Amino acid sequence: MIQHRHLDDELNSLRDRVLLLGGEAESALERAMYALMERDSEVAREVLAHDDAVDRIEIEIDRQCIEVIALRQPAARDLRFVIAVVKMAPVLERIADHACNIARAAIDLNNEPELKQNIKLRQMADHASSMLRAALDAFTSNDAAAAREVIARDMEINDLYNQTFHDLIEMMVSEPSTATRDARMLFVAKHIERIGDYVTDICELTVYMAEAAIIKHSN
Amino acid sequence: MSGEVIGSNRRLDSNRVISYRSREEGLSSANVKISARNLNFFYGKSQALFDVSLDIRERMVMALIGPSGCGKSTFIRSLNRMNDIIAGTRVEGEVLIDGHNIYAPGMNVVNLRRKVGMVFQKSNPFPKSIFENVAYGLRINRLANRRDELAAMVEQALRDAALWSEVKDRLKSSALSLSGGQQQRLCIARALAIRPEIILMDEPASALDPLATAKIEELIVELKSQYTIVIVTHNMQQAARVSDSTAFFLLGKLIEVNSTEKMFTAPGEKLTEDYITGRFG
Repeated sequence: MIQHRHLDDELNSLRDRVLLLGGEAESALERAMYALMERDSEVAREVLAHDDAVDRIEIEIDRQCIEVIALRQPAARDLRFVIAVVKMAPVLERIADHACNIARAAIDLNNEPELKQNIKLRQMADHASSMLRAALDAFTSNDAAAAREVIARDMEINDLYNQTFHDLIEMMVSEPSTATRDARMLFVAKHIERIGDYVTDICELTVYMAEAAIIKHSN
Repeated sequence: MSGEVIGSNRRLDSNRVISYRSREEGLSSANVKISARNLNFFYGKSQALFDVSLDIRERMVMALIGPSGCGKSTFIRSLNRMNDIIAGTRVEGEVLIDGHNIYAPGMNVVNLRRKVGMVFQKSNPFPKSIFENVAYGLRINRLANRRDELAAMVEQALRDAALWSEVKDRLKSSALSLSGGQQQRLCIARALAIRPEIILMDEPASALDPLATAKIEELIVELKSQYTIVIVTHNMQQAARVSDSTAFFLLGKLIEVNSTEKMFTAPGEKLTEDYITGRFG
């Protein structure tokens, strides 16, 4: 019979906090995109107002990881879990920061005449959200194979970003009067593309956690 | 300037940064000093070690870990034939030191124990002066010819054991007047005095307070530049702090031997992982 470990309670609590932070990041991205697509500045302002709460969760995770390392001295898979979490929390917080940047762009763009819809931005954001969900699932189930599948999907976001980039440059050339708004859209696209990269980082940490393999920078 | 990375407000010695080697890297380049091959050990009819094969590298620290009764103390004591003094014991297999089987017929056990020193869990200084404790082995082994030579060798051993500055003004005081941690370092000095090549330590800090333990641990790390060290410890953080490689024993069997870095971050065996993460049922 395996005896109960208080460390497990603390690690489970850390896992829950990471999922909470991940959920906040995912929600911030979806709401920021809604604000942009539906021209709803109120929702964008709500995203910005909520960011402090997201930051607080990250700090709580940091504090709890330091406590576990100092007081429990975890080893082996427990250590890898804590290391993965301590590195994952700021990545999730940065995803929420990118969502805030999208919300700021939405507020600015909503004050201007509406641009021709760029459908690929929506597609990009949906793809990033779906990747983030899958990455958090892989983390929860300690599933390296699932994490690797998510990493492979980052290529699709990169392709969509390249297409969007060219589309927006063409729009700037063909209609210079919209160039400022096009440039803002380009930044939005870049933020989503960066979120894809951060999701990849999360998955790399899950692979480390599950297999003790360091795969970042491997390609 | 060559060898320096110049940042905005600081200079880094890039040679120092580049020359850092993990303990694991050092391990791979060291020669094998001790090699146990298919070692079985019996106390009467009861078998304490089962077919243990393990290489210990020169000038490295090997930690032996495992629950009580797992065979780690039996194993370490078989490396200088300390088990010979227990009646009814029997050994099968080989222990090679520098390629020579220490269980071969005709082996000079006194010479073996001079080459393989031992420090025990409970410090055991002789009821003599601090000086005499260290000088004793030098005298009976006739390693010093003159009085001044003897004094110099005692001083060197006390310095090597990081005890000299604390006892140099009271060498004639009884060794029993020292604190527990000092007594243990005196025992290490006594072992070092006769210039062994290998030092075996059976839970050398388990009876010491954290400060005395830290001194012993620092000493172990210092000593490995000159000696091959094997340490039995119940304290897993201690094994992680001082050793280059770690062997995990369970029920008399060697379950895993690995670099300490691997052992504590990604052990290869589930039993090892369960033990070091406290998941043992």
